[in-house]
Amino acid sequence: MGNTLENMVEVKGLKKSYEQIEAVKGVSFSVSKGELFGLIGPDGAGKTSIFRILTTLMFPTEGIVRMMDLNVIKDYKTIRNHLGYMPQRFSLYQDLSVEENLEFFARIFGTTIDENYDLIKDIYAQIEPFKTRKARKLSGGMKQKLALSCALIHSPEILILDEPTTGVDAVSRKEFWEMLIRLKEKGITILVSTPYMDEANLCDRVALIQNGKIMSIDTPEKIIGNFGRKLWAVKSDNVYQLIQDLRSVNTIDSVFPFGEYLHITVKSDDDNLTDLITILRGNGHSGIEIQEIEANIEDCFMELMQ
Amino acid sequence: MKKLIKVKKIKYILQKEFTQIFRNRTMLPMIFGVPIIQLVILVHAATLEMKSIDMYIIDKDLSTMSHKLISKFAGSPFYNINGASFSLNEALETIEKNKTDVIIQIPYGFERDLIRENETNVQLLIDGINGTAASLINAYSSSVISDFNRNIIVDLTQMPSLKNLEPINVETMYWYNQELNYKIYMLPGILVILVTLISMFLTAMNIVREKEIGTIEQLNVTPIKKFEFIVGKLVPFMIIALFELAFGLAIGKIFFHIPIVGSLWLLFGFTIVYLLVVLGIGLFISTISSTQQQVMFIAFFFMLVFILMSGIFTATESMPLWAQKVNIINPFYYFMRVIRMILLKGSGFWDISYEFFSLLIYGTIMLSLAVWRYRKVS
Repeated sequence: MGNTLENMVEVKGLKKSYEQIEAVKGVSFSVSKGELFGLIGPDGAGKTSIFRILTTLMFPTEGIVRMMDLNVIKDYKTIRNHLGYMPQRFSLYQDLSVEENLEFFARIFGTTIDENYDLIKDIYAQIEPFKTRKARKLSGGMKQKLALSCALIHSPEILILDEPTTGVDAVSRKEFWEMLIRLKEKGITILVSTPYMDEANLCDRVALIQNGKIMSIDTPEKIIGNFGRKLWAVKSDNVYQLIQDLRSVNTIDSVFPFGEYLHITVKSDDDNLTDLITILRGNGHSGIEIQEIEANIEDCFMELMQ
Repeated sequence: MKKLIKVKKIKYILQKEFTQIFRNRTMLPMIFGVPIIQLVILVHAATLEMKSIDMYIIDKDLSTMSHKLISKFAGSPFYNINGASFSLNEALETIEKNKTDVIIQIPYGFERDLIRENETNVQLLIDGINGTAASLINAYSSSVISDFNRNIIVDLTQMPSLKNLEPINVETMYWYNQELNYKIYMLPGILVILVTLISMFLTAMNIVREKEIGTIEQLNVTPIKKFEFIVGKLVPFMIIALFELAFGLAIGKIFFHIPIVGSLWLLFGFTIVYLLVVLGIGLFISTISSTQQQVMFIAFFFMLVFILMSGIFTATESMPLWAQKVNIINPFYYFMRVIRMILLKGSGFWDISYEFFSLLIYGTIMLSLAVWRYRKVS
């Protein structure tokens, strides 16, 4: 909208305090048109606070936030017309049917289901057979599809999704991300937050956020590329003992459990870890496996957190 | 064109509200059940009449006169003679055991004094635990005795020479409710409580429920206007409250034969203004609470104070001055007066204009306060 850089979202030095607690401590980022931008971080990192400010539900304490080149404080009424928001908690009318919910949200945006049916067709078609069913009786995945349909029904330019896949089964999660990627292809700018690191790879760019601060913003590939160290996966028959033992070895830098493996980095990348195996054998470990692996987003996150 | 869209938008908001109201399973029983129960049961229960007063007799005279007096009580439908003896202690014991409400003690020489000196004493000992009941028993019993006494005077003054001494007989006539039928008085009062209860609670609960479920968030990110949201919330409950009033009046007319002397149009017109206040309060409560429990607690507190001060049971004129001043902000007080005035007295618009305009100002203040407090942005 008139911006040469086509920055749909622009955040500069954003701070938000709730009485004593500072939830967002000076965050800056921008999202360009048609981008799928991920806000990745654990619970309580400040993701929801940022999104509630972007959706004009809350005013920032400090900083500049512009959506479609409009100020969130001054022009919030205009912004709302072009914004689709899916809150973390399912917040549609449980006592209205699928169709009634969609119809209601279409109407209060001054449009109809038919007018924007094309946009939601892919998603809505999956729940349309149950359109007379009350929202409260839908399964988790179906509720999520309905919520997404309702957030899209007025054909927004920016779609903001707050942890849409939290508490959703693996199959529905995968389906959901496929839907998001299709929406992105239609030119909608999408901001999504998630605590799942594996979903970061599906975003164009991600911001890793922790304690109200952004630790890194880049494409997932670059963030992984910036890891720049050797990473090893270690396993033995007694994983708990293994963590204790590895942490007491002074050539080892970091140890984090990842499923059945432990990911470790060592202080010198020239180290080929032959000594380590001897040490672990000496500690009575059996079934030791060590292999070099590629870092993933979560490794980067852990690294940045230190 | 733009205006048309706006009107349409409100239409859809209203449509959604009504769909939800009628889909709520507790709603219909509440709309129809509550008035029937409140009116049919409460009107009978909230009585100020005393029936079956238990009386204990100590007749130390045992004369024709004293027997006559006792039979006056025994023959009354309000009294129930439950014992007699010559011992005051025995009689007092029955009061302690809660078996007797009043003891009448007729002294020795009752008949003699009455005939000779035209003056005598009778003692009444009343259980004072319930002040209201005690004063009623006192009034009833005294009137029975004085009635009896006057008869004697009349009997004694039958002689032609004293004819002009016939005592003045005061006859009281009650206007607008000639038989002092308390049901006619209570029913409109209970109707006021009913209409208020339904509209205030339902409005406040409805909005807070949207807060609890989180749907208000979803609404707030839409371009829906404050005004549209509030109209959407108020209109359905106003319609339900007016329906309640009509339903309650019908029950009153059919089962209690309450008089409807004044204009129903005026009554409903006034009710609309009254509901602006009540719904405004309900809305305001919902903006300052975040859970249904908070709403219940706040609304209940105000309801209780307002109802007791409204004049439903006791005349507001006899309240202390400060209480009468507090009643300026008591919406019940205005409606309680006006509904009785219109129904029983047939008052016209000018008779109730003070209450009408007071509530109009009050309603405007409450609604503006609620609209101001309701924020789409925090």
